[in-house]
Amino acid sequence: MIWNEARECMDREQMAIMQGKRLAKQVSNVYHNVPFYRKKMQELGLEPGDIKGIEDITKLPFTTKQDLRDNYPFGLLAVPKSQIVRVHASSGTTGKATVVAYTRKDIELWQECVARALSMSGIDKSDRLQVAYGYGLFTGGLGLHYGAENLGCMTVPMSTGNTKRLVTLMEDFEATAIACTPSYLLHIAEVIEEMGVKDKLKLKTAICGAEPWTEKMRLQIEESLGIHAHDIYGLSEICGPGVACDCEHHSGLHIQDDHFFAEIVSPDTLEPVEDGVVGELVFTTLTKEGLPLLRYRTKDLTSITHDRCECGRTTPRISRFKGRSDDMLIIRGVNVFPSQVESALLELAGTTPHYLMIVDRVNNLDTLEVQVEVEERFFSDEVKELEKLTKTIAKTLQDALLIAVKVKLVEPRTLERSMGKAVRVIDNRKFD
Amino acid sequence: MGMKQLSVFIENREGRLENVSQSLSENGINIISVSLADTSEYGMLRLIVSDPEKGKSVLKENGFAAMLSDVIAVDMPKYFTSLNQLMKTLSEININVEYMYSLSAGDISAIIIKTSDNDKAAEGIEKAGLKQVKAEDVYGL
Repeated sequence: MIWNEARECMDREQMAIMQGKRLAKQVSNVYHNVPFYRKKMQELGLEPGDIKGIEDITKLPFTTKQDLRDNYPFGLLAVPKSQIVRVHASSGTTGKATVVAYTRKDIELWQECVARALSMSGIDKSDRLQVAYGYGLFTGGLGLHYGAENLGCMTVPMSTGNTKRLVTLMEDFEATAIACTPSYLLHIAEVIEEMGVKDKLKLKTAICGAEPWTEKMRLQIEESLGIHAHDIYGLSEICGPGVACDCEHHSGLHIQDDHFFAEIVSPDTLEPVEDGVVGELVFTTLTKEGLPLLRYRTKDLTSITHDRCECGRTTPRISRFKGRSDDMLIIRGVNVFPSQVESALLELAGTTPHYLMIVDRVNNLDTLEVQVEVEERFFSDEVKELEKLTKTIAKTLQDALLIAVKVKLVEPRTLERSMGKAVRVIDNRKFD
Repeated sequence: MGMKQLSVFIENREGRLENVSQSLSENGINIISVSLADTSEYGMLRLIVSDPEKGKSVLKENGFAAMLSDVIAVDMPKYFTSLNQLMKTLSEININVEYMYSLSAGDISAIIIKTSDNDKAAEGIEKAGLKQVKAEDVYGL
């Protein structure tokens, strides 16, 4: 079923006209209400009147995550704080979070996009959906939750944690759908197997996102649980999950481009690339009120197609993600930058010891091990002191990264250095 | 001069212990006593060697984390009764033993201890009528 046929199947020429009008209005809005954008546009010699149609978007300045950090927490708001009804945040590299704020209308627009994604995944109001994303500052839990309520299905706010209880309720409530990270779903599948309840379940659909996964993993989930699995994409800066989702044909993720205009640019030249060419995904929020962003660089690498999909939707589709143009890792759905580990160790030891992050996927769950070279200044001849050190490092990293970390002490000069620059990350997970 | 122990951090990998003994032997440093504490991830090798300072620098040159720690070597003329006496004494003056191992070379039979307070432990040992083994007597063995 198509939730909003008028928008999702809109004639592309009409869509471009609508996008152009929305863009012109948005540009005028940020020019007058966000000093950051006024300054940026003035530096480029741009005035709101220069943006007449959607094709003028390439004249506009880019926005980066660093810009959000520099204006922490509310410097980029285009409305008074009194109009904000919700705030979300993701972890930042230096302890400072990336903060996003929503007006009531922004929340409604987000709920609309999530309802479209759920519909695209074959979920309707007769379904019973367990939301097993974390609830809180992370956009996953509340984003799916309110979108599902908007759709009208029975929504169960499971959050994450007690997997056995989740499976028990899946059976008792006759849940037909689940929303969670793909790696967590694989873990849930194992617990279902252990509990021997697979035949009693009514589950038929999963809508997964918040971390990179492969087509192989999607098929593995479909096969092991006998369900349909869909890929939902989003980032808190743009709104959260629901920016794009794949339909039953699984041939790319449909972007809700009446609200979020997508461009693919070369990460080197920042010039737009053609359909089918891999580049960095850039979004402009055409309708958002609280935190409108012009040409936000997601750092996600993908390609786009404007070909019409068999499902009948005319919205452009982005392909599965090919990686990132920065060093950000997504571990258990949490954004992790190596520099976070660096600054946490720096705080602990005074200077940065050599370290190596090893990311792996064990039993379908992401793991992070941080190896730290033992140096004289924190070496001890007593095992209990070294154990204390290991625990302190683990706790510090856990507090900084918000995920569990296993710390391993290694001998000095054992961590690989290449070309004078240390290798900081080994990611053993397979994404192709 | 107090007894110096050479402590070495060793990862649980093949050949690491050999690398330690080889580095020391190639540089003419004798190992007089050895103790290895193991954990699941790494080992802590504790050594009494003929030249602790040189031992430390040799190992560091070879990429090991090594340090010197102050320990006490207590003479054990009659092993079982002397050990019992030592433990009793330390316990009476509230001293904890962090770790201990034995040293037996030449005519010397001793126990190496690291305590929560080595100075206080030394006084207690003397009062109990036990003797410390002199570092220079051991290093020459």
